[in-house]
Amino acid sequence: MAKVRVLVAKPGLDGHDRGAKVVARALRDAGFEVIYTGLRQTPEQIAEAALQEDVNVVAMSILSGAHPHLFPKVVNLIREKGMDDVLIIGGGVIPETDIPALKEAGIAEVFTPGTPTGDIVDFIKANVK
Amino acid sequence: MSNEKIQAGLDKYNASVEKATAKFPERPNLPEQRLYTPLDIKDTDYADEIGFPGMYPYTRGVQPTMYRGRFWTMRMYAGFSTAAESNKRYRYLIESGATGLSCAFDLPTQIGYDSDDPISEGEVGKVGVAIDSLADMEVLFDQIDLGKVSTSMTINAPASVLLSMYIAVAEKQGVPADQLKGTIQNDILKEYAARGTYIFPPRPSMRLITNIFEYCSKNVPKWNTISISGYHIREAGSTASQEIAFTIADGIAYCEAAIKAGLHIDDFAGRLSFFWNAHNNVLEEVAKFRASRRVWAKVMKERFHAEKPKSMMLRVHTQTAGSMLTAQQPNNNIIRVALQTAAAVMGGTQSLHTNSRDEALALPTEESVMIALRTQQIVAYESGLADVIDPLAGSYYVEALTNKIEKEAWEYIKKIDEIGGAVAAIEKGYIQKEIQDSAYKWQMDVESGAKTIVGVNKFQIEEEPPKGLLKVDASVGVAQCKRLADMKAKRDNDAVKSALADLKKACQDENENLMPHILNAVRTYATLGEICGVMREVFGEYEAHVNL
Repeated sequence: MAKVRVLVAKPGLDGHDRGAKVVARALRDAGFEVIYTGLRQTPEQIAEAALQEDVNVVAMSILSGAHPHLFPKVVNLIREKGMDDVLIIGGGVIPETDIPALKEAGIAEVFTPGTPTGDIVDFIKANVK
Repeated sequence: MSNEKIQAGLDKYNASVEKATAKFPERPNLPEQRLYTPLDIKDTDYADEIGFPGMYPYTRGVQPTMYRGRFWTMRMYAGFSTAAESNKRYRYLIESGATGLSCAFDLPTQIGYDSDDPISEGEVGKVGVAIDSLADMEVLFDQIDLGKVSTSMTINAPASVLLSMYIAVAEKQGVPADQLKGTIQNDILKEYAARGTYIFPPRPSMRLITNIFEYCSKNVPKWNTISISGYHIREAGSTASQEIAFTIADGIAYCEAAIKAGLHIDDFAGRLSFFWNAHNNVLEEVAKFRASRRVWAKVMKERFHAEKPKSMMLRVHTQTAGSMLTAQQPNNNIIRVALQTAAAVMGGTQSLHTNSRDEALALPTEESVMIALRTQQIVAYESGLADVIDPLAGSYYVEALTNKIEKEAWEYIKKIDEIGGAVAAIEKGYIQKEIQDSAYKWQMDVESGAKTIVGVNKFQIEEEPPKGLLKVDASVGVAQCKRLADMKAKRDNDAVKSALADLKKACQDENENLMPHILNAVRTYATLGEICGVMREVFGEYEAHVNL
């Protein structure tokens, strides 16, 4: 089976990328191909990168509180580009009460502070198509 | 007791313990030695290395009487939503006994975009207050006397613009610029390395910073023109030694840039301030504060030949470690913050922000902020930790640890010098990579259980989702955009145009100080986005390259 390709992305203006970088490295160490977008990506840029890089997974991180706006926007753009099978997950400082709406919008799982990186690896392995 | 006698006693002790540890092995991740004795600091010269408070090399503190004169400034970082909402929170904090203000700006403001810019969508008023023009700044400080309060602003790439707005609000209140007290963070190097709110490339950014040094030394002499920040470097995952080493290396780069621009070290060095993190390991943090003062004093005296004592003093604001707050069992964070506060106070900080228990989940509620402020007040008035100066001096362990952190910091500073200084080390990604490696190691230690975080990888419980978190409504963005449109319709647009054209010309002339031109533009109600837009046109934008 081909290696699973993951795009780790930072949507919005938030500069906190400790988590994104740690997760990116942990996914790489777990055997995935990982591409990290760097900071300040618009939803359009992320969807385009997902298409160009032909990824199986998009993993986004936001700590600024802009997730209710930005996460669903990225999901819609990715689906509009016909990437129906791409698994989209998110993480960051995200209050529990926001999670049902994000899942409704197409975020497969939301990982909050304190999550072991192994949980993210396991989730991807179990759910990637 | 002679050193020989101590050594003999220590040998005897070690032999006895070895038998015990065969049966009862010690925990992982502990300091190299289990016990410290006078032998560990026998080479430390008291007069040269430790000395007295208010005297070189300032290991014991920068003021002669420290907290016996007055406590540190209890400065709570706050700001969210609109200027009017934040103004309410500031006045609440002042009424609750806070002794200084600290403004948090939202991300569009920090990156020089107006609230109506498409890139600002979803971010307006989220992590701080939205400021688009002088009109917002007037509301932010409504009924707050800028002649009395001291204000710290966490603003970096557009620091010149926000400082100009502050000066302009003071003018309207009738307070002259030379009476203004406060700090702008203005530390762009750590934005590239750790925090991410950069705009322009390093060269024009360093110019803006030296322009501010020069302008303020003449016009706003009580203002701290930079807060050279290790806080965010630590938050991004660095160790204690890396925090002070990379930050002092940044400080060296700012001094070199200012000297190159023709300033004399003693004309600006006294207004440089620092910003440390207060992390979980109390004694290591105390040692870090002490070591940092010693390293900076030596840098200023030996490297830059500063003569004024003020130039050699590392004055520091501190914030407790946000990254150490847990989303799990959030009330435990109150205890963490109390210990971090103890560390900052025993370390001799000049001002302190204490985080609130709910900040791993959202912005803090008023009730949580009150507990955080009360934590400082309890440490100040009840704990006795502030009763004598530098109370941990002379502890074999703390002195040895101070020496160790100082040594590690010098090694990093030497390495960065070899690379060509902090700017080059950042451009090559060296500092970023060192921080990332430490962050990854921390995470792996937590996951392997080598490091214990209570409630996260040990002592977990089933929890109900927390209730009553602060939420910034999405309508804030809409309201702020309308405010901006109304303001633009009322201002003199010809005056704005001409001020922006003048600023553009000044940007193109490297010898021109930009501060007076920015201040003029601000007075016409030119927006932050318009002013930064002009600078973007001339200076271009920084592009980061990440090596995982």
